[in-house]
Amino acid sequence: MKMTILAAITSTLLTGVAVAQEMKLAVTTSFHNSGLSDILLPHIKEDTGIEVQLLVVGTGQAIKLGEAGDVDAILVHSRKAEDAFLAGGSGTHRREVMYNDFVFIGPSDDGANLADASSAADALKRIAESAAPFVSRGDDSGTHKKELSLWAAAEVTPEGAWYNAVGAGMGAALNTAAGLNAYIMADRASWLNFGNKGDLALVYAGDPVLFNQYAFLPVNPDKHPHVKSELATQLEAWLVSDAAKSLINNYKIKGETLFVFNAE
Amino acid sequence: MEIWAGITEAFWLLITLDADLVEITLRSLYVTLTALLIASAIALPLGALLAVRRFRARRLTIAVLNALMGLPPVVVGLIVYVMLSRSGPFGVLGLLFTPTAMIIAQVIIIVPLIVSIAHQALRELWSDYHDLLISMNTTQTQRIQALLWDGRRALLTASLAGFGRAIGEVGAIMVVGGNIDHHTRVLTTAIALETGKGEFALALGLGFVLIAMAIAVNLAIHVISRTERGGRW
Repeated sequence: MKMTILAAITSTLLTGVAVAQEMKLAVTTSFHNSGLSDILLPHIKEDTGIEVQLLVVGTGQAIKLGEAGDVDAILVHSRKAEDAFLAGGSGTHRREVMYNDFVFIGPSDDGANLADASSAADALKRIAESAAPFVSRGDDSGTHKKELSLWAAAEVTPEGAWYNAVGAGMGAALNTAAGLNAYIMADRASWLNFGNKGDLALVYAGDPVLFNQYAFLPVNPDKHPHVKSELATQLEAWLVSDAAKSLINNYKIKGETLFVFNAE
Repeated sequence: MEIWAGITEAFWLLITLDADLVEITLRSLYVTLTALLIASAIALPLGALLAVRRFRARRLTIAVLNALMGLPPVVVGLIVYVMLSRSGPFGVLGLLFTPTAMIIAQVIIIVPLIVSIAHQALRELWSDYHDLLISMNTTQTQRIQALLWDGRRALLTASLAGFGRAIGEVGAIMVVGGNIDHHTRVLTTAIALETGKGEFALALGLGFVLIAMAIAVNLAIHVISRTERGGRW
């Protein structure tokens, strides 16, 4: 009996796959949580016939997956890590696709008064000075690296009971911030799509330093001969096409544009 | 009320037979039942062997297996991941981020559990059968067969415990499966994903579906094997 059930399940599972061309793409949590991937993937499949299998991880892990050859390409947003990835010979090249921006989220009464901040660095200084609870991703992701570079720019060493490094993805970190009613830096897309806002609100945004460039990096077939570099090339061509441009630029959540297409 | 919203969500998912829900539920069943069959085929004879055979490292083997019952799934996931990664020893097989990788990880997680429970149950049975089977001059294989057959109800419990641990497991299959939509996403990894998005109602709804499915599978196996019936304890 168990066998017949199993056989039935196996056959249904097997018929569904195997026909389409598949490739694996490691993307950042912020890209996926924004909901944009749900819009793009069906179009990619329709236009190119490629079924892109997404591995949703932090930038740190995405780079690791690319280095090990476990994915065919990566789509990430941390310039330094990308350059190191290319310097190590793991990728063939880096293609900029689009950008979005980071925002500061905090308790709606804004005790540290981020609304009056003059820059992103000033916003962080205000949090540190008032020792208001702050949640950091702490997971070596692109967002986390950005946050660390901003602390450095603010010339503040983030430590103390108010600084909570949770070592988790964007969504989990936002859940923690909602629970602690704490400040947190998030990408705008994840924030708008987040379902458990609690008493949190957007308190600061707009500094150009908060812009967040996404780039597509195919894994180097010289280093990993098994990677599907032809499919990666096709996908790249689609990502910088006019079809992608209008889909990306017109993607809105609650009336707000999230991503700006800037591929050349 | 978040719980109430979750129950409502589960109810809607179930009565509308949501296509994605059916898909990930079937995949959960496929992965865990396959892992369970393989693990039982390894673990039940091993449990019987440990009961009937005396050898030097027996005590140590049992102690190690008992300790491994508490293996953290995420550690198993990481080890399997490193093994199956393209830069690992079994990388050429290309198994990482496939349902097969998830099955391998779950087999490793539940084998120690099933062996330990099976051995515990069969040890009692063996002390009853010992004199009889020895006096009948049986071979070791015959003894193991006799124990496995006459202890089948207790062994079913051992397997169901393995099923319970595997079906609710998320740490290992998240690492080795990658939670890829339409490919390696199962109920538990979907729950983790929806929690991350802050969609608690949907996450809870999926959780209730998981619980209902676990109960259904347990009931089905009891019905099929005709246990827990009057006169047949």
